[in-house]
Parts: sequence; structure tokens; C-alpha cells
Amino acid sequence: MRRERPQTFADYTPLFFPGLMLVVFFVVPFSTMIAVSFFKRDPTGFYTRDFVFDNYARFLSSFFGGVLGFSLLLAIGVAICCVVIAFPFTYLLTQRPRRIQTLWLVGLLSVLSLSEVIIGFAWSTLLSRTAGITNLFVWLGLMEAPVALLPSVWAVLTGMVYHALPYTILVLYPALVRLDPTLLEAARTLGASPVRAFLNVVTPALRNTLVATLIMVFVFALGSYLLPQILGRPQHWTLSVLITDQAIYQSNMPFAAAMAVFLVLISLALVGLTLLIGRRENAG
Amino acid sequence: MITLINRGFSRRSVLGAGVALAGTLAMPAVLRAQDKSLKVGVYGGYFKDSFDKNIFPEFTKATGIAVESVAEPTGEAWLVQLEQAAKAGQAPADVSMMSQTSTIKGQATNLWTPLDPAKIKNFGDLLPQFVSKYPDGTIAGIGAVAWYITLVTNTDTYKEAPTSWAALWDPANKDKLGLLALVSNSFLLEVTAKTFMGGTNALDTEEGILKAFEKLAEVKPNVRLWYRDEAQFEQALKSGEIPMGQYYHDVTGLAAADGQPVRSTFPKEGGIQDSGNWVLSRASTKVDEAHAFIDYMSQPAIQGLMSRKVGTAPTLKREVLNLTPEEFAAVSSDIEPILPRYDLYTSKSDWLNQKWTELIAG
Repeated sequence: MRRERPQTFADYTPLFFPGLMLVVFFVVPFSTMIAVSFFKRDPTGFYTRDFVFDNYARFLSSFFGGVLGFSLLLAIGVAICCVVIAFPFTYLLTQRPRRIQTLWLVGLLSVLSLSEVIIGFAWSTLLSRTAGITNLFVWLGLMEAPVALLPSVWAVLTGMVYHALPYTILVLYPALVRLDPTLLEAARTLGASPVRAFLNVVTPALRNTLVATLIMVFVFALGSYLLPQILGRPQHWTLSVLITDQAIYQSNMPFAAAMAVFLVLISLALVGLTLLIGRRENAG
Repeated sequence: MITLINRGFSRRSVLGAGVALAGTLAMPAVLRAQDKSLKVGVYGGYFKDSFDKNIFPEFTKATGIAVESVAEPTGEAWLVQLEQAAKAGQAPADVSMMSQTSTIKGQATNLWTPLDPAKIKNFGDLLPQFVSKYPDGTIAGIGAVAWYITLVTNTDTYKEAPTSWAALWDPANKDKLGLLALVSNSFLLEVTAKTFMGGTNALDTEEGILKAFEKLAEVKPNVRLWYRDEAQFEQALKSGEIPMGQYYHDVTGLAAADGQPVRSTFPKEGGIQDSGNWVLSRASTKVDEAHAFIDYMSQPAIQGLMSRKVGTAPTLKREVLNLTPEEFAAVSSDIEPILPRYDLYTSKSDWLNQKWTELIAG
């Protein structure tokens, strides 16, 4: 089937609704935020309309640079952990009978219904000294005395991976389910072990899907602001936490907006870079 | 103001039972057609609910002035709204509950109508910190609600109650503290100044403030949790996971009364007393009604009622109150309080915030 180029004005009408939504829910709010980021902060009130670079200048310090760097590394870490766990899991899941797949998917969907708050508090209990899993290890004789496993960067990472994992699986599932089974059969007939077939045939075949999933989880994790607060020390607070502090607690909208714009630009740049590398590899 | 809104959540849960009971006993808060009326802005959530149930109907009964309560939004948004509206000659509320910092900020633009002390019978009985003055000595605001943040401990972990804020610095308490996460609601600079530097006047200069920050940095290894959300700390305190910290005196007292192993101690340097004022927008024409309202709210009997029903610390001298020693101890103390330096949070807020964030997150 050949795709016809749009001929008349009427052929473009299906684009109007998504276009309108994009303008209303993305272009307008984001433009407002960019505008506010150049406003002048008024410490006795709110802000005044102006065009100043003070807010960006304040952000360009080693302190905020460190926070931004940590936020990006954390999000990248979460994305990699999620894909490394979810990809083999989803692959194995698609090999199971239909009924079992459905059960697993329903279970995963129910995990999605948990909010970040519930996940945060559940993990903070699970990792605590008084009621946490180390009590179980003590009972099993593996440890001397219960210890608190939080606050730590590992607790933050665990909580965030737990939060993002169901999304990762649900994004990978359609691609894996549609994967042509003859590819694997061919690999097996030619003598590859199941693990080798998975690594050398399935993984390269789904490279684009994997990159897209990594980007999605990265962006998802970048916005996390509750879990770092509940499970981490202040050193593990992400830029989102500091943005909230400025916007809500300090009433410093211009500075909060400047930080948010910076965060969006950096993540867009990273996403663009990833896509660029992916395209070059595909071409070569 | 933020503090108040935030604490609404856990206070609601703890005090909820008591309020619900009180609510069924009180008259339903129906707005009746009256000749005189007053719009009063109150922090939304717990405060508005309990004022609507316990306080405003009594005021209307006593004075014939109907109250329309308005829920104030969070942050400084309400101050900004009042300011913008006043420029247009409008008053979204006549009288508003306003944090001390916002009261000072409003003074800069003469947003508050000066109040006449002669029209407030118990003016002389107000504690000095509850009279907020313009630089020329006229009165900008009068204390509305007050509460204490004290040193709290888990009784299973600490058999003996600590006696001084210096316990926060004790190396023996490594990784055991829960403290509030913001410079403007933890008031730990004031605590440091009062405990180690002879009083909060030490914060008058930037050098003094930096010295306090330096001293405060020594607390960091002891802190397990810097909390914004109260429920997070309260739960950990009860279980003993985080056995010491700063927390609200009234809520801790209620938890202890429920049989939880927690106690609230007024250290010898004093508890931290935070508060909000009643202020009158300059755009309001209801000056007489507003004075009647503030006069009514500042009576010993009403202050007592608020202490019992809402859990606030009284704004009046103890002698004039009819609270029993137990009722008084549940909301306040005779030890002189540490009063936050609200002036700093208006004049140096961004600088303080930056230094603070670098201190705890750096």
C-alpha cells in the first residue's frame, strides 16, 4: 500500500486536534515558564516583569552544577537498571502461555496504581532498622543486628527503579511480543544456545526499541522529586526538589522557572544526542 | 504560613477525632442574613475547619456580625493577591491570618490598616511578640494563632529527657535526629544563636549568621532525616527509627496521650514559638467590625477555647487565662520562648536560603 501525500487542505484536518493539544498543554505553559525565568525576583513580593539574566546567573555555580550532575546520573542509572532488568524479564514473559502473560500484566498494572508517596513510604519501612528486611536476616542468622539501609543513594535508586519498572516492561512488551519467532528458530537451528540467541539476535533486532525505552525511563526518572526526599540524604536531592523549594517555599518563581528551563534543555539535548548516535549507527 | 499549611495534614489526623467531636457539639456554621458581616481569611484545611466549627459561630452569636471565612492559599500567594486587589480598591478578605514574615512584607507597601489599641480590651494583656508594629509604632497586626516547636525524643531510646538544645550537637546522637528541612521553618539558626551565642541578637550581622551556620554544620553528622513532610518524621519518632528531633509540641503531646513512646521537652533555652497575625487590608471598609473581631479573638476566654479546641498557644499573659496547669502545659510553657528572627527572612531570604541549602545538601 502506497501512502498518498496530502492533496487538499481537508487532508490536514486530522492534525488539527493533536496540534491544538500540543499548543495548549505544551507550547503555552512552556513559553510562560521561559518568560517567567527572565522576570526579576522581588524578595518582598513575587516578581516583576522584566528581562534579566540574574536567575540563570545564580544557577551557574558549582553547587547547582553538582546537583544537576547528580540528577542526570541518577536518572541515567535508573534507566539502565530498569532496562537491564526489564528486557530479559519481558522476553521470558513473552515466551510463556497467554494466560500467564495476562496474569503478570495485570499484576504490573496494579503496581502502576501505587503513587510515588505510597512507594516511598513502603520502601522506607522495608529498609528501616525497626521494621525492615534486615530483621528477617537477623532471624535467619545472616546478620548480628538489624541496621537501617536508608537514607542512602542505593535506597533512592531501588525506590526509583521499582517505580519505573512497570512502565519499562509495558513499553517493551508490544515490541517483544511482535518479534518474529522464526528469527530465534533460525538461530537455534544454526546451533546458538538460548542465551546466545537472545544476546546476538533478539537484542540487536530491538536496538531502536531499547534506545527509545532508555530515553523514556530517563525522562521519567528525571522528574522524580519525592523518592529522593524520602529515601535519600540532602546530598541525594535532585534538581526537582530544589525547584520545588524555590517555587513553593521561597516564592521565587523566576529562579524556579530558570532551573526548570535549564533541566528541560539539558534533557532534550541528551535525548537528541542519543537519537543522533542511534541514527548514525543504523546508517553505518 | 507554609509551616501552618504543611502541618495541617498531620495535625488534622491527630486532632481530627477531637475536632469531629467538638463539631457535633457546636452550632452548625451556617451563614445567616445579618446586617453586619466580615470576611475573614484563614489558612485552609485544619485551621479553617476548626475555626468554622468552634470559634466563628460563637463570635456571630456574641456580636451579631456574620463571618464569611475564606480559605487562604499556600505560600505568599495570599499576600500577593491582597496586594493586587488593594491596588484596585478591593479586599478579597477584610481580616486575614498572616504569617509574621508576610506581615512584615505587607508593611513595606502599607497594606495593613493600622489597628487602634483602644478598641481592643485586652490589648495590655497581649504578650509583646504578638503585637506587630510599623516602624512608626502604629500597629500592623495582632497575634492570631501561635504554636511551639520543641525538642522531642522517643522515651524507649532516651529514658531521661534531654534538657538543652545542645543535645542536638552531642556526638553520642550520631545519625539519630530528624530536623525540619527549610531555613524558614526550622528556625535552627535562632536555636544555635540562643544556645551557643548568647541570644538571637547574635544574628544581627552577616558575620554572626555565618558563625551560626558554621556551628550548625556540626549537627549534620547527627541528622538522619531533614523533613518537609511531618508524617515522615512523626512515624519514625514513634517507632524509634529516628529517636530525637524537633517537632510540634501540641501534636507530640497528643501522640504521648495516645500511649506512644514519645515526649516533648521545652529545653532550658526555650521552645521555638512560631505564630500568625490578624491583619486588616487597607482596602477594607469594615474597620469597626474588624476591630470587634480582633477584640473578641483576644479575650482570655476565647484564647482558652482555642487552646483547648484548636491546640494553639495563647497570645495573652498566663495570669489572665483560665487554663488549668495541664491545659496550659499542653500548648505552652513558662520558659521564655525562642522567637524567630522574621526580619531576617524578609531582608535576607534568598541569601539565607542559598547558604542553608549549601549547608545541608553540600
